[in-house]
Amino acid sequence: MLKIENLHAAVDGKPILNGLSLTIAPGEVHAVMGPNGSGKSTLSYVLAGREGYEVTEGSVSFHGQDLLAMEPEERAVAGMFLAFQAPVELPGVGNANFLRTALNAVRRARGEAEMDAMQFLKLARARMKVLNMPEDMLKRPVNVGFSGGEKKRNEMLQLAMLAPKFAVLDETDSGLDIDALKMVADTVNSLRGPDFSALVITHYQRLLNHIVPDRVHVLSAGRIIKSGGPELAQELEASGYAGVQAAA
Amino acid sequence: MTAVASTGAAAFLGRYEGLRTRLPGARVAWVEALRNGAAEAFRAQGFPTRRMEAWRYTDLASVAGAVFGEPLTGVEDATEIPAAAGPRAVFIDGRFRPDLSTLDALPYAADSLARVLPTLDGRIGTIARPAEQPMAALNTMLFEDGLVVDVPAGVAGGVLELLSLATDSERAPAYHPRHLVRLGAGASLTLLETAAGPQAARYLHNPVFEIEIAEGARLAHGRLQQEGREGVFLSTVYARVGAGGAYDNFTLNAGARLARNEIHVALTGPKAEAHMNGVQLVGDGQHADTTTTLDHAAPDCSSRQTYKTVLAGRSRGVFQGKIHVHQVAQKTDGYQMNQALLLSPEAEIDSKPQLEIYADDVKCSHGATVGELDADHLFFLRSRGIPEAQAKAILVEAFLTEAVEAVAEEPIRAALTRGVAGWWQRQGVAGGIEEA
Repeated sequence: MLKIENLHAAVDGKPILNGLSLTIAPGEVHAVMGPNGSGKSTLSYVLAGREGYEVTEGSVSFHGQDLLAMEPEERAVAGMFLAFQAPVELPGVGNANFLRTALNAVRRARGEAEMDAMQFLKLARARMKVLNMPEDMLKRPVNVGFSGGEKKRNEMLQLAMLAPKFAVLDETDSGLDIDALKMVADTVNSLRGPDFSALVITHYQRLLNHIVPDRVHVLSAGRIIKSGGPELAQELEASGYAGVQAAA
Repeated sequence: MTAVASTGAAAFLGRYEGLRTRLPGARVAWVEALRNGAAEAFRAQGFPTRRMEAWRYTDLASVAGAVFGEPLTGVEDATEIPAAAGPRAVFIDGRFRPDLSTLDALPYAADSLARVLPTLDGRIGTIARPAEQPMAALNTMLFEDGLVVDVPAGVAGGVLELLSLATDSERAPAYHPRHLVRLGAGASLTLLETAAGPQAARYLHNPVFEIEIAEGARLAHGRLQQEGREGVFLSTVYARVGAGGAYDNFTLNAGARLARNEIHVALTGPKAEAHMNGVQLVGDGQHADTTTTLDHAAPDCSSRQTYKTVLAGRSRGVFQGKIHVHQVAQKTDGYQMNQALLLSPEAEIDSKPQLEIYADDVKCSHGATVGELDADHLFFLRSRGIPEAQAKAILVEAFLTEAVEAVAEEPIRAALTRGVAGWWQRQGVAGGIEEA
């Protein structure tokens, strides 16, 4: 369970989130939609613990733990996962080595047995097959020379491998064609269950045709101004953010 | 130039006066002339000072102000030495140890310099330039031993290890080994050199190499400098490469309180090649200097240099690299890159690339960068559950990759990877990337 209460956050002293509250129960998928500059990416970075995002007020509890007091790697170990909007490239770091290192770091911290190279490769190949990823993407350096779609596929591979309790998708759909969009949706849908929840941050409704959310929230000027069921996404698509902002 | 002799320089000159009749080759006229000439040069210059252009960034005052002892003869085995995997020459405190070395049944000659010195007229002091380099002058004045390798024309020499170990002596010894390596036409050799010592021992290791590579010959020279943290390592390599020959030098400069890795390569025949790569890992309290000069003295030669320096804590790194393209050296292809990664706000790097080009048809480029770890990269790795220290180690490994991958020889690359891992352990960081 993720519980965000009255969250205020600033970047370079400039307030971006202004009293955001949101509760996501286990098993639920929520969508946050909003125009540019409404604070969507700031919310995802605050949840993942990026430096430079200063929480000035409010709290976030994650399965009973104070999320904001945890280091980024502790959040990952606790089951938090952020799928990046613009994944970084890491020259000199092999994708397979990176994935195994991350997986074993998490497993070690959770007191689980580490995976040897054989077990790891077996699992990675199985996940990649589902994601329709060519195997040579394991051998290449992380995201180096990957197309936009390949980078997002690689994010989904990490999501599938690490199997977190909670995933934040930060505009993962931006710049994706319909096949890639379906791949993202399939990955998230395959993880759906009583122990998994997700926050899908998006600009457009189209991803939500494939990942049908339990709740939809509209973010504006760092606060949630309206919440509803999946039909709210359609309403936004029809009337635009301006209509909702004016009504709120 | 007249210099007021420093305490250390005066002590070394005094030692030479006392030892000159007892040093190897003392009764051989040409050796005596060589040493006397070097003594004059050292007397005139003393230890290098920062007033010398080549030593602007590396201060030897702490060495010049100290008095080092003589190495003991017949040192007991104070050091654990791993079993040899193949041919190996072992030097303890600068002296050849036949009992620890394995040099039997080689397809080439490898011997102790002290033993064969009288036969080396015309081979020693022909490439080194002691008049220009005080440390080479000091070495020439006082060398007592070294490794002499002669690979005849056409012979593939395989891998030879050169192990130079310091003992935990109370005497703070100084030793100045002179190593001579000669490859005949078309010959090849991989020389894997390790210099190491106990962490607490004070000593000065001042080796000079003279390397001659004939037409079409190829020497791969891997160097792991892992001296103890109180050691001083001042090393000078001179190499001359003939037509179509190649010299590959890879140096891991990771140990010692003060380390200088100075390399002078001259490409003297057409289509000769030099690859000079290196990694400097500089921890708190250390100073590491790599200084290279590359003389393109013949047409159609190529040279590639990639040096990477990682600095942690309060540390200082230096890279100076000069490429000199002589007028005859048309169609030269030269490349030099040096990059530094600062892991601490108290770390400093001085970097001075220099190109001097007197030919008109050449391709020469160089670059230098200084940076810190990328915060976005670090955050990405941590967001995937990798602890901060391990994430940093992964990014540093990635930074070093380009220089390490440039090493073609597997034994050298393997030794290097172990050397880098050892450095991380000494920094208190366990584990970088896990291989899958």
